[in-house]
Amino acid sequence: MTTRRYKAGKANQWRRFFANHLATAIAVASTVIVVAPLVAVFLYLLYKGASSLNLNFFTQIPRPVGESGGGMANAIVGSAVLLVLGSLLGVPLGIAAGIYLAEFGRGGKLANFVRFTADVLNGVPSIVMGIAVYALIVLPQKHFSALAGGVALGIMMIPTITRTTEEMLLMVPNAIREAALGLGVPNWRSVLSITLKTASPGVITGCMLAFARVAGETAPLLFTAFGNNFWSTSINEPIAALPLQIYVYAISPYDEWHRLAWAGALVLILLIVVSVALVRYVTTRGVLKGAS
Amino acid sequence: MPGLSIPSGPAPVSSSASNPDQPPSVVRSFLLSRGNSAWSDRAFKWLMLFCALSVFFIVALIAWQLLLRSRLTIAKFGLSFFFKSAWDPVSGDFGALPFIYGTVVSSLVALIIAVPLAVGVAVFLTEMCPKVLRGPLSFLTELLAAIPSVVYGLWAVFVLVPILREHVNPFLMKTLGWTGLFSGPNFGIGMLAAGVILAIMILPIISSLTREVMTAVPHSQREAVLALGATRWEMIRMGVLRNARIGIVGAIILGLGRALGETMAVTMVIGNRPEIAKSLLSLGYSMSSVIANEFSEASDDLYLSALIEIGLALFLVTILVNALARLLVWAVTRGAPARVV
Repeated sequence: MTTRRYKAGKANQWRRFFANHLATAIAVASTVIVVAPLVAVFLYLLYKGASSLNLNFFTQIPRPVGESGGGMANAIVGSAVLLVLGSLLGVPLGIAAGIYLAEFGRGGKLANFVRFTADVLNGVPSIVMGIAVYALIVLPQKHFSALAGGVALGIMMIPTITRTTEEMLLMVPNAIREAALGLGVPNWRSVLSITLKTASPGVITGCMLAFARVAGETAPLLFTAFGNNFWSTSINEPIAALPLQIYVYAISPYDEWHRLAWAGALVLILLIVVSVALVRYVTTRGVLKGAS
Repeated sequence: MPGLSIPSGPAPVSSSASNPDQPPSVVRSFLLSRGNSAWSDRAFKWLMLFCALSVFFIVALIAWQLLLRSRLTIAKFGLSFFFKSAWDPVSGDFGALPFIYGTVVSSLVALIIAVPLAVGVAVFLTEMCPKVLRGPLSFLTELLAAIPSVVYGLWAVFVLVPILREHVNPFLMKTLGWTGLFSGPNFGIGMLAAGVILAIMILPIISSLTREVMTAVPHSQREAVLALGATRWEMIRMGVLRNARIGIVGAIILGLGRALGETMAVTMVIGNRPEIAKSLLSLGYSMSSVIANEFSEASDDLYLSALIEIGLALFLVTILVNALARLLVWAVTRGAPARVV
C-alpha cells in the first residue's frame, strides 16, 4: 500500500517535471516563432529595398508604365506635407486635451468620459476615418485634397498624444506645481512653463509615436488625399503620399513598379525608425533633459 | 476556495501624483483659490476643457456623418442588409453578408494563430527570460507594431503567399483536407493568407498587453505558490495566469478589435471575391477591403451609401469590442484584489 502510493507520487513528480519543461520549451519556441517573421520582414525589406534604391528614387516623379526609372520624389514631399498638416491639427489638440485630463479633470466623471472617448477614437479603424473625412470634407468641397488627408491623419494622432501627455504630466511631482503657485505664478503659466516643460521629453516622445503611427497609414488617405502622379504641394489638390504609392505599385502587375514599391517601403520604415530613435536619443541625453 | 479574495498588497506607487483618481492636494487648492489672475486662469481652463471635449465631438461627428450618408441603404434594406449575400451595383441590390463572413473568419483564424503564441511570448518574457535578453526581445516585439500595414501587405504578397502556395497549403490539403476547411483550388491568396498576416500584425498588441497584466499580478501570489512546492510552470499556471486571465481575455479582445478594422494588408491578400465558402483556401472579401477597393468607383448614391453603411457597422462593432476590452484590462490593472478560485 505504502509503496504503491510512493510509486504513484513518483510518477506524479515525473509528470510535473515533464510538464514544467514542456511549458518552458513551448514558451521559448513561441518567442522564436514570433521574432522570426519580424527578422524575415526586415531582412527581406533591406535586401529588396537596398538593391532598388538609387538617387533617381529621391529626385524623380513616377514614370508612365513601360518606361524604366522614375522615383517617388513627389510622394516623399507629399507625405511630408500631409504629416505637417496632421501635426498642426493633432499635436496642439492632443496636448491640450492631455493637460485637461491631468491638471483639471483629475478624478472627475468628465475626465473619465474624455479618456474613454480617446480610447474609442484610438480603436476606430483607419478606413472608417477615411470615410468620415470623405463625407465631412471631400463631399462638400467636391474634390480630393491634401487638406482632407491631413485632417484624417491629425485626428488619428490625437488619442495617442492625449494619453501620453496625461501620463507624463501625472508623473510630475505636486511639489513643483505648489512651488510655482507659491511664488505667485498664475496657474496657466505654471502648467505651461513648469509642468509641461518638466514633462516635455515624455510628451515629445508621445508626439513622435503618434507621428510614426500615422506616417505609414494608407487606408485613411485612399479617398482623402487620393494620390497624384505629378508634383503638387497645394493643400487644395490631390497629393501623393508614400504609403499610397507603395500600395498602388505593390498591387500592379509590373516588375519595375514592384521594385519601386520595395524601395518605397524601405524608405518609409527608415523614416519611421530613424525619427523615433532620434527623438529617443535627443530626449534622453540631449538638451531637453535639462528641464527635468 | 471559491471566491476568497486576498488583498493585493501595497500597490507600486511611484509618486503621489501618478494616481489619476486622487484630487489635488490641500496646499494646491488653497494656492489656486487665492485668485491671482483669475480670469486668465479661467480662460485657460475653459480652453483646455474645450480641446478635451473636442475629442468627444470628433467621435460624435464621425458617427453622425456615417449615419447620415448611409441613410439611403438603411431606409431601403433595413436590417436585411446584413443577412443578404447579393452584391450587385448594377441593379442596386446590396447585402453585406459575404464581407461580414470574410472579416469574422479571417479575424478568427488570426486569433487562433496569434493567441497561443502571444501568451507564450508574454510568459517567456515576464517569467523565464534572462534579464539580458528581456530588453532587446521586448523591443523587437514592439517594433513589429511599428511596421505600417501596407509594408506587411507588400511582404505578404511577395513572400508569405508563395510560401503558403508552395509548401503550407499542399501540406494542409493532404493532412486536413478531409475536414473540408482546406480544399479547393490553391491560389496562395485567400482567407488563410489574410488570417496569417493579421496574426502577425496583432501579435505585438496581445503580447504586450498580456505582459502588462501579468506584471500586475502581485509577487506574493508567485511566492505563495512556489512555497507550496510548485514547479515554475505550476507557479505560472496557478499563480499568474489564473489571476491575470480576465486581463488576458481583454488583451485578446483588443487584438480582435484591431484585426476587424485592419485594411491594407488584408485587401492585398484576401482575394477580393464576395463569396461565402467553407474552405479557408478560397478567396474572400472583408468589410474593410470592400470599402478600400470600391469606394472611389462607387458612382451612384445607393452604392456609396451601401459602402458607408458597411463602414458604420465596422465603426460600431469596433467601439463595442474596444470598450469591452478596456473594461476587462482596467479591471485587472487597476488594483482589483487577486482572486483564488
